[in-house]
Amino acid sequence: MPSNITFPGEEAMDEKLKSTPLNARHRSLNALMAPFGGWDMPIQYAGIIAEHGWCREKAALFDICHMGEFLFEGDFEGSGLEEVFTFSVKTIPVGRSRYGFLLNEQGGVIDDLIVFRLAENKAMIVVNAATIANDFSVIKSRLRNGTFTDITDETGKIDLQGPLARQILVEVFGEQIAQIPYFKFISMQLLGCEAIVSRTGYTGELGYEIFLSSGKIGELWDLLLRDERVKPAGLGARDVLRLEMGYSLYGHDIDENITPLEAGLEGFVNFSKEFVGKEALLCQKERGLARRKVAFEVEGRRSPRQHYEILCSGENVGCVTSGVFSPMLGRGIGIGLVKPEATGIGSRLIICHERVSMEATVCELPFYPGGSLRA
Amino acid sequence: MNIYFTKEHEWVKVQDGVGVAGISEHAAHELGDITFVELPKVGTVVEQFKLLGSIESVKAASDIFAPVSGFVIKINEALETAPEVVNESAEDAGWMVWIQMGDASELKNLMTREQYDEYLKSL
Repeated sequence: MPSNITFPGEEAMDEKLKSTPLNARHRSLNALMAPFGGWDMPIQYAGIIAEHGWCREKAALFDICHMGEFLFEGDFEGSGLEEVFTFSVKTIPVGRSRYGFLLNEQGGVIDDLIVFRLAENKAMIVVNAATIANDFSVIKSRLRNGTFTDITDETGKIDLQGPLARQILVEVFGEQIAQIPYFKFISMQLLGCEAIVSRTGYTGELGYEIFLSSGKIGELWDLLLRDERVKPAGLGARDVLRLEMGYSLYGHDIDENITPLEAGLEGFVNFSKEFVGKEALLCQKERGLARRKVAFEVEGRRSPRQHYEILCSGENVGCVTSGVFSPMLGRGIGIGLVKPEATGIGSRLIICHERVSMEATVCELPFYPGGSLRA
Repeated sequence: MNIYFTKEHEWVKVQDGVGVAGISEHAAHELGDITFVELPKVGTVVEQFKLLGSIESVKAASDIFAPVSGFVIKINEALETAPEVVNESAEDAGWMVWIQMGDASELKNLMTREQYDEYLKSL
């Protein structure tokens, strides 16, 4: 038994970590804290599996203040913003959001992100924590004009996710919450402040992401936790929940050396418009993919883990990018990047690492289709 | 019954030449939710401080080492479907194997409860 156990995604504690406005609350809840994307974040409170189950059955509250928010104001086309991402910004209706990518010239993913169309000439861009500084400078370098601001520090964000999330928010904040469809949001007053309540998430359950001034987010956290149907959940549970849906995690399943085509995310790439990286992707399409995302279920309770080798018919075909024990399936699940010939549904794989070896079968996503996401 | 611990956080309780072994409460707590335990087959010969099995949690995978040498005469089969018992009761119901010991003097290489508690403070 080793004594230095780290969670996937955690990093060595070298630089000074940032704290979210909820840090003291996590400590008073006795959360296990660890570095994540340069931030001191709660990994678990009661336990990863208990928190995962609470999210699937009731409503779990996540501190997501570490994620970055940028504000753009200006002409989407004239500024060049329209060509920055793999999707069109100007065609997002006001009050809706869209998921997609910021790519490099080689088609590799600099980040995956969501753009919220706040107004005719105004958009909020929500990015991963570890990539905030780089994303900001890359996007800024691609803009010709307009106002572009990093509002991460003044913006708090918490996610309420689970089948009871809507009912709880309606009871606390009113009926207008009930009217928000999937991937739409509303601006409203919460605790005397302007807030954005968005029907999005990373769990596969019905849920909301709430953006509120960082000075007020603690008050909102306390208010929601006073409801006994709500329990806090850490990044450990969040990772299990997202993987049961097959969602990609930046830095693991996608990064600067992986294209959205390889990662099975072509649906978030709009080839009918211009964007940085388009030529490389078209070229890759023409050549054919050398590797593709694969999802597989393990026979048994062992977890596949990042970097484990994947074999098919005795040949090394690639490696695992994310893996975990799925409490919903009662077995190990994983996603990886492999040669295309090993991605057929039902194909038999061997996942191995040192003396560990497990049999697995290629399956469809999501691993867990029973979530309340679109309820 | 006296309990002895290894530096790798396994424990063994010895009676009539048989050692019952598992992992410590400290180790179970550090691992978090345990999802899988791999144990040797009955009859396997194990050597002190050498590989006995492996354990996985949501967070990590680790090896388990034998606290004493001997051969395995019984395994806790309940852990196959309910590994969470190790979280609930690491030093009792979460036992893993019974080892028919070959050499009782090996216990000298292990820590008593008091020594182990001191050791944990030093980590």
